[in-house]
Amino acid sequence: MNKAISISKKEHTHSKAAPFITITKRDASSLKWNIAVRVIAIIAALALSAIITVLITGENPIELFSTVIDGAFGQFRIWGTAQAVAMLLGIALALTPAFKMKFWNTGGEGQVLIGALASALVMMYAQPLPHWLACILVVVAGVAAGAVWGIIPAVFKAYWKTNETLFTLMMNYVAIQLIKFFLKVADKSGSSTVGPSLLLYGRLPVLFGQQYMFNIIVVTALTVMMYIYLKRSKHGYEIAVVGESENTAKYIGINVKKVIIRTMALSGALCGLIGVLLVGATSYSIDPNLAGGNGFTAIMVSWLAKFNPIIMIFTTLLIVVLSRGAENVSMTLGLNKSFSDILTGIILFFIIGCEFFINYKIHFNIKAKSGKEAEDSGNN
Amino acid sequence: MAIIEQIVELIVRAIMQGTPLLFGSTGEILTEKSGNLNLGIPGIMYIGAISGVIGGFFYQNSGAKIITVLAIIIPLLSSLLGSLIASLIYGFLTITLRANQNVTGLALTTFGVGIGNFFGGSLIKITNSDTPYLALSKISAAYRTTLPFANKLGLFGQLFFSYGFMVYLAVIIALIVSFVLKRTRVGLQLRSVGESPATADAAGVNVNRYKYFATCIGGMIAGLGGLYYILDYSKGIWANDAFGDRGWLAIAIVIFAIWRPNVSILGSYLFGGLYILFNYVSVSMNLLPLMQMLPYVVTIIVLVIVSMRKKRENQPPASLGTNYFREER
Repeated sequence: MNKAISISKKEHTHSKAAPFITITKRDASSLKWNIAVRVIAIIAALALSAIITVLITGENPIELFSTVIDGAFGQFRIWGTAQAVAMLLGIALALTPAFKMKFWNTGGEGQVLIGALASALVMMYAQPLPHWLACILVVVAGVAAGAVWGIIPAVFKAYWKTNETLFTLMMNYVAIQLIKFFLKVADKSGSSTVGPSLLLYGRLPVLFGQQYMFNIIVVTALTVMMYIYLKRSKHGYEIAVVGESENTAKYIGINVKKVIIRTMALSGALCGLIGVLLVGATSYSIDPNLAGGNGFTAIMVSWLAKFNPIIMIFTTLLIVVLSRGAENVSMTLGLNKSFSDILTGIILFFIIGCEFFINYKIHFNIKAKSGKEAEDSGNN
Repeated sequence: MAIIEQIVELIVRAIMQGTPLLFGSTGEILTEKSGNLNLGIPGIMYIGAISGVIGGFFYQNSGAKIITVLAIIIPLLSSLLGSLIASLIYGFLTITLRANQNVTGLALTTFGVGIGNFFGGSLIKITNSDTPYLALSKISAAYRTTLPFANKLGLFGQLFFSYGFMVYLAVIIALIVSFVLKRTRVGLQLRSVGESPATADAAGVNVNRYKYFATCIGGMIAGLGGLYYILDYSKGIWANDAFGDRGWLAIAIVIFAIWRPNVSILGSYLFGGLYILFNYVSVSMNLLPLMQMLPYVVTIIVLVIVSMRKKRENQPPASLGTNYFREER
């Protein structure tokens, strides 16, 4: 299994010297090593972020740290953080079944937006219906629209192998423009959002007097259900097999086309559900920036958690706490709020890069001579 | 006559709108030909833009006399350097550390857009400069210098000679990349890396070196699109998020042009035209978003048709989006 390979510069010059560095794949890395590498990567990333922040702002690091904590967990911001976690986690969960199938759904943003748009339409025109029916219709419309947005690229992928990364990516911008069109038609004043004054009907309930409670409960339930669906159900098994190898899936009698379309319908529908929550339970307003790039961030969140819904809670927390903390720093210091994107990027780079040390082992051949002898004998 | 003037004006503006897209799509095609689907291109274009702006900002504020040649070279080099560093991050993570390309690319886009908007919005505050807003008017003037006889040739001059040098540079780079990919040994080997890295490796091609060079050069070309947008098209004035989703549109053009930089010249100008067509046709403003949707719909249709017809030479590079592990072949 451990077939050694070389990445030394000399590999193509047919030199007989043994390579200085050889890389082998780890068969299975221990849990301890797994966690240790990630923790080191996160600490390194945070340290680098701290250095950059101090260099740019020239502030006292300890004060900066308390600003970050305050930005995420401060009295007036903790509910906002919970809401941000719920929404990002929800989209990440929605994308996960598709990713497990190795279907790169980069269209989360669009699926959320189209779901939100469908809900907004219902909320605008559902006046004649009783409230409970309007509520149901808001949810159904959003979920169905998201599902349609997911099924379209899936059908082409299943039957003609159309590249799904690019297809779903383009669908995002179709959805964004549709919302812009809706804004122009729905609100004659030329405003850039359609707000609570127009989206009046079928608003989802506010629980315990907390605006975000409904979303948090829905996403918590979704997390548990997604965990069970992926780990314990027949569908979850089929998704895993198709993701590992389509040929194996065909061989054991799985209808690959059906699984692809069904899974993307689910992925799109759940994204649509988050769109419903954003419009119907949170802001009662819609604009093209409603998802705020979370459709893209969720891809990274899901991947960082290795598609495990429970671990995803922590990866979401990491990203959200950091970005809201950095937002607070830039707000306090009067800097541009995009500062949080830079720090998010740095953290992501480190965690993405550290995977390598989990999956591969590096050997340094200090004793070059013995390596040379081994290769010589191999040639003979 | 008035109609012709309008058409000429439309074409001129389409070309100016299309040029950032042309830089971006040429760079992305080169990158994708090595099998790397760099979704970080939108971020790299922001980094290319802001790096050039930072270089120009320091030069313009240094108090030195502005010499046209330096005003062009300093932002150009700092832009290339910025894009190179960004591309190296992507390259190191995906090629050396074998990380997932989609995730790395998207992270780079988050990072790059963040860098662009942060420094664009905070440069003046960080450097304690006394300028009220980020405007590189003198640098921009150098970038927008046209040939001296452009104004004397009437419509013909307007159509062909009324641009800053970067418009021509974009076309030249696209043609060179097209030639290299199609007619040279290097291009053949690069394409073989993108189609089947294992085969290329067995034939003695250094897969990693090709991937690195394609990614870095591609990223640097794309970054120039951002630089053009700020220093020429926007007259040197930075506004956050003004560059918008042009980076993603550039990736769309890659598909539209079926991975050919020479086709991408037409594609970029066409998409650039669609961006501004609403100024020239009398439709209700309400339909504007639907018109701006057209480039993406057209791209999807091209993507679908290409995959249905299964013509070999029109397909995406076979290994696009996957990394090469020698021990797993």
